[in-house]
Amino acid sequence: MPRNASLTFLAVILSFLFLPLAIAADLPVLTGRVVDNAGILDAATKAALTRKLADFETKGSDQIVVATIPSLDGEEIEPYANRLFRFWKLGQAKENNGVLLLVAPNDRKMRIEVGYGLEGTLTDLHTKLIIENDMVPAFRAGDFSGGISKAVDDMVMVLEGNPEELEARGERNQQAPFESDDLFFAVFISIWAIIFFGSIAVSVLPPIFGQKLGPGRYRWLGMTFEPSRRSSRGGWSSGSSSGGWSSGSSSGGGFSGGGGSSGGGGSSGSW
Amino acid sequence: MFAQRLASPSTFRTLPAFLMMAIVLPLLAGCGYNTIPTAEENARAAWSEVLNQYQRRADLIPNLVETVKGYASHEKDTLDAVVEARAKATQITVTPETLKDPEALKKFQDAQAGLTSALSRLIAVSEAYPDLKANQNFLALQAQLEGTENRIAVSRRDYIQAVRDYNLTLRTFPSVLWATFWFRGNEPFANFTVAEDKMQPPKVDFGTKQGG
Repeated sequence: MPRNASLTFLAVILSFLFLPLAIAADLPVLTGRVVDNAGILDAATKAALTRKLADFETKGSDQIVVATIPSLDGEEIEPYANRLFRFWKLGQAKENNGVLLLVAPNDRKMRIEVGYGLEGTLTDLHTKLIIENDMVPAFRAGDFSGGISKAVDDMVMVLEGNPEELEARGERNQQAPFESDDLFFAVFISIWAIIFFGSIAVSVLPPIFGQKLGPGRYRWLGMTFEPSRRSSRGGWSSGSSSGGWSSGSSSGGGFSGGGGSSGGGGSSGSW
Repeated sequence: MFAQRLASPSTFRTLPAFLMMAIVLPLLAGCGYNTIPTAEENARAAWSEVLNQYQRRADLIPNLVETVKGYASHEKDTLDAVVEARAKATQITVTPETLKDPEALKKFQDAQAGLTSALSRLIAVSEAYPDLKANQNFLALQAQLEGTENRIAVSRRDYIQAVRDYNLTLRTFPSVLWATFWFRGNEPFANFTVAEDKMQPPKVDFGTKQGG
């Protein structure tokens, strides 16, 4: 009986732990470096952009993502872009070096949202000029692919304008992009903390709350505890060190944000 | 090892209970003491960011005013209004200590809103001067100003969220227990009431200002 109860309890706790993962609605999914939900880019441009942006990230760890959405559904583009940026967590967590280029063709609006860490390099004025000079004329002519490619080229150029800084940033973030493993790390640490503090609890709590059965033996929660008994055959050692805590797993599969955030830098435009 | 010594073979039978307790104990600690100070510090940090962005805007204004003056010196009223609103807004500061006072926050908010509307009038007026609009310096300032206004909006949103979280910890179970027994001095922070951009309808003065 208590065993069942505790098992259900465990299940409930675990389901709470994983609840936040289930909440992800109404914003587009980060499927790659180019998320063309509005369908305004041709396949060749998309592939070229993806390759270019991937190369650029390996160089300086800056994450640039191009996103198009059909419509903003009445929302202003600035808050939407900020929400999307933070939802996708573009840029590395410690650098906040992400950039989001968002285009909403039905609203005829675009925005370049710059993460905290790049605000000093890719300034508001740069983004404004890129929007006004690269994107607006091309978009007016209906050339979305051309305008976006040019804008990306110019953003990369600006970000490369300070090469030492870029390289330093790349090197800082080269070893162990740990962000995706943070969850595992937390679980790992908490398991060991649990074992450590749990064993203390086992030795301390039954004598306080339990029923004494004999010297050093207590009954509590329907179980018998013998905290003071010495034994050399403990079962808690070894075992889990073989797990796969290898770092750097994010490069293999799909693309994901590095944990960066944005405070609303960049600028917007319309055509 | 400590754990080894404590875990005798018979404790294997009690493994589920052991695990349960092991999970519950840290959780009990986790939903306790730290919640309120953490939320409070987050709210204070969010407030500092709000102040920071408003300050950044105030810093941009002298340059902007000088640039506009060079091209549109006879828009004296609008320029003076901006300078005055800036002086008023920079006088009122809300330190983290006075965040509990809704009146102080209201004053701050009103002063900043005054500056926002004076600035938007200035930008609207400058539309009438093609030379000014083509000026590189003015373009740069305008881009920075737009960016700053957006950063202000973002930081205000973050502050609203942080204060909501903090105030919730003071009023909801279980952290309310800590609030009653330990953090008696903690009071809810005042929050922004309405988003600034929604507070004031865009002002357009037809006819009164004929540019050029």
